[in-house]
Amino acid sequence: MARPAQQLPSSSLADIAFMVLIFFLLVSTMDQDLGLQRRLPPMPDPNQKADDVQIKRRNMMIVRLNENDRLLAGGSQIDVSMLKDKAMEFLLNNGNDENLPEREVKTIEGFGSYPVSKGVISLQNHRGTSYDAYLKVQNELVKAVNIIRDEFAMTNFGKIYINLDEEKQRIVRDAIPQNISEAEPKDTGRKK
Amino acid sequence: MAKFSRKGKGGTPELSTSSLADIVFMILLFFMVTTSMRQTERMVVIKMPEASEIAKLERKDLSAYIFVGTPMPNLQAQYGNDSRIQLNDSFKTIDDIRDFIAAERENLSEADRQYMTVSIKADETVRMGIISDIKQELRRTSALKIMYAARRSAPVQ
Repeated sequence: MARPAQQLPSSSLADIAFMVLIFFLLVSTMDQDLGLQRRLPPMPDPNQKADDVQIKRRNMMIVRLNENDRLLAGGSQIDVSMLKDKAMEFLLNNGNDENLPEREVKTIEGFGSYPVSKGVISLQNHRGTSYDAYLKVQNELVKAVNIIRDEFAMTNFGKIYINLDEEKQRIVRDAIPQNISEAEPKDTGRKK
Repeated sequence: MAKFSRKGKGGTPELSTSSLADIVFMILLFFMVTTSMRQTERMVVIKMPEASEIAKLERKDLSAYIFVGTPMPNLQAQYGNDSRIQLNDSFKTIDDIRDFIAAERENLSEADRQYMTVSIKADETVRMGIISDIKQELRRTSALKIMYAARRSAPVQ
Protein backbone atom coordinates (compact mmCIF):
# COMPACT_ATOMS: atom_id res chain seq x y z
CA MET A 1 0.00 0.00 0.00
CA ALA A 2 2.83 2.36 -0.63
CA ARG A 3 1.12 3.76 -3.69
CA PRO A 4 1.18 7.56 -3.68
CA ALA A 5 -2.22 9.20 -3.43
CA GLN A 6 -3.55 9.83 -6.91
CA GLN A 7 -4.51 13.32 -7.87
CA LEU A 8 -8.19 13.83 -8.37
CA PRO A 9 -8.91 14.71 -11.99
CA SER A 10 -10.05 18.30 -11.94
CA SER A 11 -10.46 18.89 -15.64
CA SER A 12 -14.21 18.32 -15.54
CA LEU A 13 -14.62 20.88 -12.79
CA ALA A 14 -14.19 23.63 -15.36
CA ASP A 15 -16.93 22.13 -17.50
CA ILE A 16 -19.31 22.02 -14.59
CA ALA A 17 -18.50 25.60 -13.67
CA PHE A 18 -19.10 26.66 -17.25
CA MET A 19 -22.50 25.04 -17.19
CA VAL A 20 -23.45 26.84 -14.01
CA LEU A 21 -22.16 30.06 -15.53
CA ILE A 22 -24.30 29.64 -18.63
CA PHE A 23 -27.32 28.90 -16.50
CA PHE A 24 -26.83 32.16 -14.62
CA LEU A 25 -26.32 34.08 -17.83
CA LEU A 26 -29.66 32.87 -19.09
CA VAL A 27 -31.80 33.43 -16.04
CA SER A 28 -30.46 36.75 -14.88
CA THR A 29 -30.89 40.26 -16.16
CA MET A 30 -28.32 42.94 -16.21
CA ASP A 31 -30.48 45.92 -17.10
CA GLN A 32 -30.56 48.55 -14.48
CA ASP A 33 -33.76 50.26 -13.64
CA LEU A 34 -33.33 53.72 -14.99
CA GLY A 35 -35.97 56.29 -15.57
CA LEU A 36 -37.63 59.54 -14.66
CA GLN A 37 -39.01 59.41 -11.18
CA ARG A 38 -42.15 61.38 -10.64
CA ARG A 39 -44.72 61.77 -7.95
CA LEU A 40 -48.36 61.74 -8.90
CA PRO A 41 -50.72 64.12 -7.16
CA PRO A 42 -53.16 62.38 -4.84
CA MET A 43 -56.69 61.94 -6.06
CA PRO A 44 -58.75 64.99 -5.17
CA ASP A 45 -61.27 64.60 -2.42
CA PRO A 46 -64.71 64.22 -4.04
CA ASN A 47 -66.24 66.46 -1.39
CA GLN A 48 -63.79 69.20 -2.14
CA LYS A 49 -64.79 71.94 -4.50
CA ALA A 50 -63.30 71.49 -7.90
CA ASP A 51 -61.32 74.68 -8.20
CA ASP A 52 -60.64 76.10 -4.79
CA VAL A 53 -56.91 76.18 -5.53
CA GLN A 54 -56.62 79.04 -7.92
CA ILE A 55 -53.22 79.69 -9.35
CA LYS A 56 -52.56 83.10 -10.74
CA ARG A 57 -52.09 83.16 -14.43
CA ARG A 58 -48.58 84.58 -14.24
CA ASN A 59 -47.50 81.70 -12.02
CA MET A 60 -48.52 79.04 -14.44
CA MET A 61 -46.95 77.86 -17.62
CA ILE A 62 -49.08 75.56 -19.66
CA VAL A 63 -47.26 73.02 -21.76
CA ARG A 64 -49.55 71.13 -24.03
CA LEU A 65 -48.85 68.26 -26.36
CA ASN A 66 -51.44 67.45 -28.97
CA GLU A 67 -52.14 64.22 -30.79
CA ASN A 68 -49.61 65.05 -33.50
CA ASP A 69 -46.89 65.56 -30.88
CA ARG A 70 -46.90 69.31 -31.50
CA LEU A 71 -45.83 71.28 -28.50
CA LEU A 72 -47.46 74.42 -27.18
CA ALA A 73 -45.65 76.12 -24.33
CA GLY A 74 -46.58 79.39 -22.71
CA GLY A 75 -48.88 80.33 -25.53
CA SER A 76 -46.71 79.67 -28.55
CA GLN A 77 -45.83 76.65 -30.57
CA ILE A 78 -42.19 75.72 -30.15
CA ASP A 79 -39.82 72.85 -30.72
CA VAL A 80 -38.91 70.46 -27.89
CA SER A 81 -35.31 71.62 -28.03
CA MET A 82 -36.35 75.13 -27.00
CA LEU A 83 -38.53 74.03 -24.13
CA LYS A 84 -35.69 73.82 -21.62
CA ASP A 85 -34.73 77.48 -22.10
CA LYS A 86 -38.32 78.54 -21.99
CA ALA A 87 -38.91 76.64 -18.75
CA MET A 88 -35.74 78.06 -17.22
CA GLU A 89 -36.70 81.59 -18.17
CA PHE A 90 -40.11 81.00 -16.61
CA LEU A 91 -38.80 79.50 -13.38
CA LEU A 92 -35.93 81.94 -12.87
CA ASN A 93 -37.68 85.19 -13.83
CA ASN A 94 -34.43 87.10 -13.55
CA GLY A 95 -35.83 90.40 -14.78
CA ASN A 96 -38.78 90.38 -12.36
CA ASP A 97 -41.10 90.45 -15.32
CA GLU A 98 -44.73 91.01 -14.43
CA ASN A 99 -45.86 88.18 -16.67
CA LEU A 100 -43.50 85.67 -15.14
CA PRO A 101 -44.01 83.99 -11.76
CA GLU A 102 -43.63 85.90 -8.55
CA ARG A 103 -41.22 84.91 -5.84
CA GLU A 104 -42.15 84.42 -2.26
CA VAL A 105 -39.55 84.75 0.46
CA LYS A 106 -39.60 81.58 2.49
CA THR A 107 -37.46 80.51 5.39
CA ILE A 108 -35.62 77.32 4.63
CA GLU A 109 -34.45 75.38 7.62
CA GLY A 110 -30.70 75.37 7.85
CA PHE A 111 -30.20 77.96 5.16
CA GLY A 112 -32.12 81.15 5.85
CA SER A 113 -34.62 82.96 3.72
CA TYR A 114 -34.70 82.63 -0.02
CA PRO A 115 -37.17 83.92 -2.56
CA VAL A 116 -38.79 80.75 -3.82
CA SER A 117 -40.41 80.88 -7.21
CA LYS A 118 -44.12 80.17 -7.20
CA GLY A 119 -44.10 79.03 -10.80
CA VAL A 120 -45.90 75.87 -11.71
CA ILE A 121 -45.49 74.11 -15.01
CA SER A 122 -48.64 72.37 -16.03
CA LEU A 123 -48.18 69.57 -18.47
CA GLN A 124 -51.19 68.48 -20.45
CA ASN A 125 -51.41 65.84 -23.06
CA HIS A 126 -53.89 64.33 -25.42
CA ARG A 127 -54.85 60.68 -25.53
CA GLY A 128 -53.20 60.38 -28.91
CA THR A 129 -49.85 61.85 -27.88
CA SER A 130 -47.04 59.37 -28.28
CA TYR A 131 -45.23 58.24 -25.17
CA ASP A 132 -41.89 59.09 -26.70
CA ALA A 133 -42.83 62.74 -27.21
CA TYR A 134 -44.34 62.93 -23.74
CA LEU A 135 -41.21 61.60 -22.11
CA LYS A 136 -39.03 63.96 -24.13
CA VAL A 137 -41.02 66.90 -22.79
CA GLN A 138 -40.85 65.55 -19.23
CA ASN A 139 -37.14 65.12 -19.67
CA GLU A 140 -36.64 68.70 -20.85
CA LEU A 141 -38.64 70.08 -17.93
CA VAL A 142 -36.69 68.00 -15.42
CA LYS A 143 -33.50 69.12 -17.11
CA ALA A 144 -34.47 72.77 -16.68
CA VAL A 145 -35.08 72.26 -12.97
CA ASN A 146 -31.86 70.28 -12.59
CA ILE A 147 -29.81 73.02 -14.23
CA ILE A 148 -31.30 75.65 -11.94
CA ARG A 149 -30.64 73.42 -8.94
CA ASP A 150 -27.06 72.90 -10.01
CA GLU A 151 -26.55 76.63 -10.37
CA PHE A 152 -28.01 77.27 -6.95
CA ALA A 153 -25.92 74.53 -5.40
CA MET A 154 -22.80 75.81 -7.13
CA THR A 155 -23.17 79.39 -5.91
CA ASN A 156 -24.09 78.44 -2.35
CA PHE A 157 -22.21 75.25 -1.64
CA GLY A 158 -19.60 75.12 -4.38
CA LYS A 159 -20.69 71.72 -5.64
CA ILE A 160 -23.31 70.50 -8.02
CA TYR A 161 -26.52 69.14 -6.58
CA ILE A 162 -25.78 65.46 -6.98
CA ASN A 163 -22.52 65.71 -5.03
CA LEU A 164 -24.07 67.39 -2.00
CA ASP A 165 -24.94 65.54 1.13
CA GLU A 166 -28.50 64.67 2.06
CA GLU A 167 -29.14 67.75 4.19
CA LYS A 168 -27.92 70.21 1.58
CA GLN A 169 -29.85 68.44 -1.14
CA ARG A 170 -32.98 69.01 0.89
CA ILE A 171 -32.18 72.73 1.14
CA VAL A 172 -31.71 72.94 -2.62
CA ARG A 173 -34.91 71.01 -3.19
CA ASP A 174 -36.80 73.39 -0.91
CA ALA A 175 -35.32 76.44 -2.59
CA ILE A 176 -36.01 75.25 -6.11
CA PRO A 177 -39.06 73.01 -6.05
CA GLN A 178 -39.88 70.84 -8.99
CA ASN A 179 -43.39 71.99 -9.61
CA ILE A 180 -44.39 70.05 -12.65
CA SER A 181 -48.04 69.28 -12.45
CA GLU A 182 -49.39 66.50 -14.55
CA ALA A 183 -52.82 67.93 -14.88
CA GLU A 184 -56.01 66.00 -14.72
CA PRO A 185 -56.45 64.53 -18.13
CA LYS A 186 -58.87 66.60 -20.09
CA ASP A 187 -60.65 63.66 -21.61
CA THR A 188 -60.29 60.76 -19.26
CA GLY A 189 -63.56 59.33 -20.45
CA ARG A 190 -62.53 55.79 -21.04
CA LYS A 191 -63.73 54.39 -24.27
CA LYS A 192 -65.31 51.06 -23.65
CA MET B 1 28.82 19.19 -27.16
CA ALA B 2 25.72 20.87 -26.09
CA LYS B 3 25.77 21.82 -22.50
CA PHE B 4 22.06 21.63 -22.06
CA SER B 5 20.51 18.55 -23.39
CA ARG B 6 16.74 18.20 -23.49
CA LYS B 7 15.43 15.88 -20.97
CA GLY B 8 12.65 13.60 -21.90
CA LYS B 9 11.52 12.71 -25.32
CA GLY B 10 10.23 16.09 -26.50
CA GLY B 11 6.60 16.82 -27.43
CA THR B 12 4.60 19.58 -25.84
CA PRO B 13 3.85 19.18 -22.18
CA GLU B 14 0.19 19.14 -21.25
CA LEU B 15 -1.34 22.49 -20.40
CA SER B 16 -2.43 22.70 -16.83
CA THR B 17 -6.18 23.20 -16.67
CA SER B 18 -6.53 23.22 -12.95
CA SER B 19 -6.76 27.00 -12.78
CA LEU B 20 -9.41 27.15 -15.47
CA ALA B 21 -12.06 26.15 -12.99
CA ASP B 22 -11.01 28.94 -10.65
CA ILE B 23 -11.23 31.50 -13.44
CA VAL B 24 -14.67 30.31 -14.47
CA PHE B 25 -15.84 30.40 -10.88
CA MET B 26 -14.62 33.96 -10.63
CA ILE B 27 -16.63 34.96 -13.69
CA LEU B 28 -19.59 33.13 -12.25
CA LEU B 29 -19.33 35.01 -8.98
CA PHE B 30 -19.09 38.30 -10.84
CA PHE B 31 -22.28 37.56 -12.71
CA MET B 32 -24.08 36.44 -9.61
CA VAL B 33 -23.22 39.67 -7.84
CA THR B 34 -23.97 42.10 -10.65
CA THR B 35 -27.16 40.64 -12.01
CA SER B 36 -30.51 39.94 -10.59
CA MET B 37 -32.88 37.16 -11.38
CA ARG B 38 -35.35 37.72 -14.16
CA GLN B 39 -38.70 37.89 -12.50
CA THR B 40 -41.24 37.82 -15.25
CA GLU B 41 -41.21 36.72 -18.80
CA ARG B 42 -41.71 39.67 -21.07
CA MET B 43 -44.67 39.20 -23.37
CA VAL B 44 -44.67 42.61 -24.99
CA VAL B 45 -42.14 44.30 -27.21
CA ILE B 46 -40.68 47.27 -25.43
CA LYS B 47 -38.24 49.75 -26.81
CA MET B 48 -37.96 52.30 -24.10
CA PRO B 49 -37.75 55.96 -25.01
CA GLU B 50 -34.55 57.86 -24.43
CA ALA B 51 -34.04 60.44 -21.74
CA SER B 52 -31.00 62.16 -20.31
CA GLU B 53 -32.14 63.21 -16.84
CA ILE B 54 -32.70 59.74 -15.54
CA ALA B 55 -32.05 58.44 -12.09
CA LYS B 56 -31.39 54.93 -10.94
CA LEU B 57 -34.00 53.15 -8.92
CA GLU B 58 -32.41 52.62 -5.54
CA ARG B 59 -34.36 49.68 -4.23
CA LYS B 60 -35.20 47.25 -6.93
CA ASP B 61 -37.04 44.98 -4.54
CA LEU B 62 -39.53 47.72 -3.72
CA SER B 63 -40.75 48.18 -7.23
CA ALA B 64 -43.69 46.87 -9.16
CA TYR B 65 -43.57 46.74 -12.91
CA ILE B 66 -46.23 47.57 -15.43
CA PHE B 67 -45.32 46.70 -18.99
CA VAL B 68 -47.10 48.38 -21.85
CA GLY B 69 -46.51 47.59 -25.48
CA THR B 70 -47.52 45.50 -28.42
CA PRO B 71 -47.53 41.74 -27.85
CA MET B 72 -44.55 39.73 -29.06
CA PRO B 73 -44.86 38.64 -32.71
CA ASN B 74 -45.56 35.02 -31.78
CA LEU B 75 -48.40 36.11 -29.49
CA GLN B 76 -50.01 38.51 -31.91
CA ALA B 77 -52.23 35.85 -33.45
CA GLN B 78 -53.82 35.41 -30.09
CA TYR B 79 -53.74 38.88 -28.61
CA GLY B 80 -53.69 41.18 -31.62
CA ASN B 81 -51.18 43.91 -32.22
CA ASP B 82 -52.75 46.68 -30.21
CA SER B 83 -50.91 47.99 -27.15
CA ARG B 84 -51.59 45.83 -24.15
CA ILE B 85 -50.80 45.97 -20.47
CA GLN B 86 -48.82 43.15 -18.96
CA LEU B 87 -48.86 42.58 -15.22
CA ASN B 88 -46.80 39.72 -13.87
CA ASP B 89 -47.11 37.01 -16.48
CA SER B 90 -50.31 37.76 -18.32
CA PHE B 91 -52.12 40.43 -20.24
CA LYS B 92 -54.47 42.43 -18.10
CA THR B 93 -56.78 45.38 -18.38
CA ILE B 94 -56.80 48.72 -16.61
CA ASP B 95 -59.22 47.38 -14.01
CA ASP B 96 -56.77 44.73 -12.87
CA ILE B 97 -54.16 47.29 -11.85
CA ARG B 98 -55.92 47.92 -8.57
CA ASP B 99 -55.65 44.28 -7.51
CA PHE B 100 -52.12 44.06 -8.82
CA ILE B 101 -50.96 47.03 -6.75
CA ALA B 102 -52.75 45.71 -3.69
CA ALA B 103 -51.04 42.34 -4.11
CA GLU B 104 -47.62 43.95 -4.58
CA ARG B 105 -48.17 46.05 -1.47
CA GLU B 106 -49.09 42.97 0.45
CA ASN B 107 -45.72 41.42 -0.41
CA LEU B 108 -43.78 44.23 1.18
CA SER B 109 -43.17 44.77 4.82
CA GLU B 110 -45.19 47.38 6.65
CA ALA B 111 -42.30 49.83 6.82
CA ASP B 112 -41.40 49.57 3.16
CA ARG B 113 -44.86 50.06 1.70
CA GLN B 114 -44.62 53.82 1.52
CA TYR B 115 -41.47 53.55 -0.57
CA MET B 116 -42.98 51.35 -3.21
CA THR B 117 -42.32 52.62 -6.70
CA VAL B 118 -44.35 51.61 -9.69
CA SER B 119 -42.14 51.45 -12.72
CA ILE B 120 -43.98 51.96 -15.97
CA LYS B 121 -42.08 50.31 -18.77
CA ALA B 122 -43.72 51.35 -21.96
CA ASP B 123 -42.79 51.24 -25.59
CA GLU B 124 -42.03 54.59 -27.16
CA THR B 125 -44.82 54.19 -29.71
CA VAL B 126 -47.52 53.69 -27.11
CA ARG B 127 -50.21 56.36 -27.09
CA MET B 128 -50.63 58.46 -23.98
CA GLY B 129 -54.27 57.46 -23.57
CA ILE B 130 -53.37 54.12 -22.08
CA ILE B 131 -50.66 55.70 -19.91
CA SER B 132 -53.10 58.31 -18.62
CA ASP B 133 -55.54 55.57 -17.71
CA ILE B 134 -52.82 53.76 -15.80
CA LYS B 135 -51.81 56.96 -14.05
CA GLN B 136 -55.39 57.70 -13.03
CA GLU B 137 -55.80 54.17 -11.74
CA LEU B 138 -52.56 54.44 -9.76
CA ARG B 139 -53.74 57.69 -8.23
CA ARG B 140 -56.97 56.01 -7.22
CA THR B 141 -55.03 53.27 -5.46
CA SER B 142 -52.70 55.96 -4.08
CA ALA B 143 -49.57 54.41 -5.47
CA LEU B 144 -48.11 57.81 -6.14
CA LYS B 145 -44.43 57.12 -6.61
CA ILE B 146 -43.95 56.21 -10.20
CA MET B 147 -41.08 55.99 -12.59
CA TYR B 148 -41.15 56.25 -16.34
CA ALA B 149 -38.52 53.75 -17.39
CA ALA B 150 -36.17 55.10 -20.01
CA ARG B 151 -32.87 54.46 -21.68
CA ARG B 152 -29.95 56.73 -21.12
CA SER B 153 -29.25 59.00 -24.03
CA ALA B 154 -26.20 61.09 -24.65
CA PRO B 155 -26.72 64.51 -23.12
CA VAL B 156 -27.31 67.03 -25.86
CA GLN B 157 -25.97 70.46 -25.30
